[in-house]
Amino acid sequence: MIFYILRRMLAAIPTLLAVLTLVFILVRIVPGDPAIAILGDRATPDAVAALRTRLGLDRPLLVQYVTFLGASLTGDFGRSMVTNRPIMAEVAAVLPHTVDLTLAAMLVGIAVGVPAGVAAARHRNRFIDVAARLLSLVGLSFPVFVSGIFLLLVFGLHWRIFPVIGNADLNDPLDRLYKLVLPAITLGLVMAAYITRVTRSAMLQVLGEDYMRTARAKGVPARTIVWRHGLRTAALPVVTVVGLYVGILIGNSVLTEIVFNRPGLGKIIVGALGQRDYTMLQGLMVIYCFLIVIVNLITDLTYGFIDPRVKTA
Amino acid sequence: MKRLLAYPIASIGALLCLLIVLGAAFAPWLAPFDPVDQNIIDRLSPPGGEYVFGTDAFGRDVLSRILWGARISLVVAVTSIAAAILVGGAIGMVSGYVGGRTDALIMQAMDVLLSFPSLILGLIVVALLGPALPNLVFAIALTAVAPFARIARAPVLSLKERAYVEAGRALGFSHARLLFVHILPNILAEILVMGSLWMATAVRTEASLSFIGLGVAPPTPTWGGMMRDGFENILDAPWLSIWPGLAILALVLGLNMVGDGLRDATDPKLTQ
Repeated sequence: MIFYILRRMLAAIPTLLAVLTLVFILVRIVPGDPAIAILGDRATPDAVAALRTRLGLDRPLLVQYVTFLGASLTGDFGRSMVTNRPIMAEVAAVLPHTVDLTLAAMLVGIAVGVPAGVAAARHRNRFIDVAARLLSLVGLSFPVFVSGIFLLLVFGLHWRIFPVIGNADLNDPLDRLYKLVLPAITLGLVMAAYITRVTRSAMLQVLGEDYMRTARAKGVPARTIVWRHGLRTAALPVVTVVGLYVGILIGNSVLTEIVFNRPGLGKIIVGALGQRDYTMLQGLMVIYCFLIVIVNLITDLTYGFIDPRVKTA
Repeated sequence: MKRLLAYPIASIGALLCLLIVLGAAFAPWLAPFDPVDQNIIDRLSPPGGEYVFGTDAFGRDVLSRILWGARISLVVAVTSIAAAILVGGAIGMVSGYVGGRTDALIMQAMDVLLSFPSLILGLIVVALLGPALPNLVFAIALTAVAPFARIARAPVLSLKERAYVEAGRALGFSHARLLFVHILPNILAEILVMGSLWMATAVRTEASLSFIGLGVAPPTPTWGGMMRDGFENILDAPWLSIWPGLAILALVLGLNMVGDGLRDATDPKLTQ
């Protein structure tokens, strides 16, 4: 197992390096000089030169690149061009909100998607199945900012059950939970739709296997067959989807944070875009990519736990 | 076509898409008002009467803006996915056909592209290049290239070993001819099915970028931009967010239904 983990981790290194290189290039192909972008057109040449030195932009590209790589790999993503605070500090300040939202959305997705998918597979082509398929298609088609605004209109403005603004007090668990409900449902519904579809098709495949028939013939209760024997095998593709979905989840969380006015990584990135805060954008992009590479790694490792054959492959 | 009709989901989806395409194509004749014409006296009129879907904060007719806005959504979706299919498909096919180290390297590069969250990548590309139609198309195409490369590559790996390809090689056909005349027709169906599903994603991404404020610049009507305006007036004029929201949902749902139905129709494994 340790060997398997090490091998997977080694394989992630070239991807990480390439991602860093791409981010470096992307930020540097921006038309215009960042120093002028920050100071404005009417800045004196001296001021521009001074800022360029401070940002390290006057050094050779190769030196900039190596410095950037070294700093990124040690977790130092530099300082914001606008606030001059370390990017890690800015991120750490809002991270609990984003983690709350993401985990809650995953929970909603799994709690709704897995039972719905299993039920649809067990009653193939019956009413439950058709309803689950149609609803999941609708769920997949809702851009999160549309579903978020619709939920806000109904539950926030019409019935006034939930708050419209989601800036929760982190030290008050009840407040935190209360303000999380609508955003988590918004973000979780898309995920539930994905999980329903994958669970359904994975379960359909598993239910047709010989060992399922054997289990039925032995008289194992249907509940045990489906939930113990079936779902364990069907879990592999479901885990893959949850892993692959993280990229979409990140994008969607940005939109959810805007709609519900929640603090979080998404709000930072949109703020940085508006203020042309290139170092912030670069840092956030690296953090997001690290996150995705790490989640992919965890997904791969989970396979090893669910299906022992993967380790030896 | 007969097979398509056997799948009600795909047919309903196709009908939805057709209605929207017709609405966009005939917008100049169907729209009751000019989509950018401001009529301040009638600002924020609720739906009904002269303005079927109401008016926005500038007194512009919402229905006319939705009809015209469909054009942007459709143009962006079609061109960006067509570009992604051409570029990604070609990369994937060549990569699978050549094999070996080149293949490994290309696929590693595609993995790198895949590790960027697509909306974030689109957001940053548009923010850096500036919010204009060609940049939007480029950004969305960029996020879709890697998936198409993967889809095109997988079947080529086994197809290139088939006897008929080998026969072609023995006859001295060029690699390009083998790839694009003999192998391509076998994988086209799969790519087109994915194309319609990805077009749904492209519509969603374009609307999301416009909602954030990185879409085609106002006053050109876009559905995402209308949602953004509506969101600012959500307390006084909820219809401003409801109508464009439903329009986006209808187009994305229609495209997803077509893609899903086509996949069922072309995949014999699923029809048992």
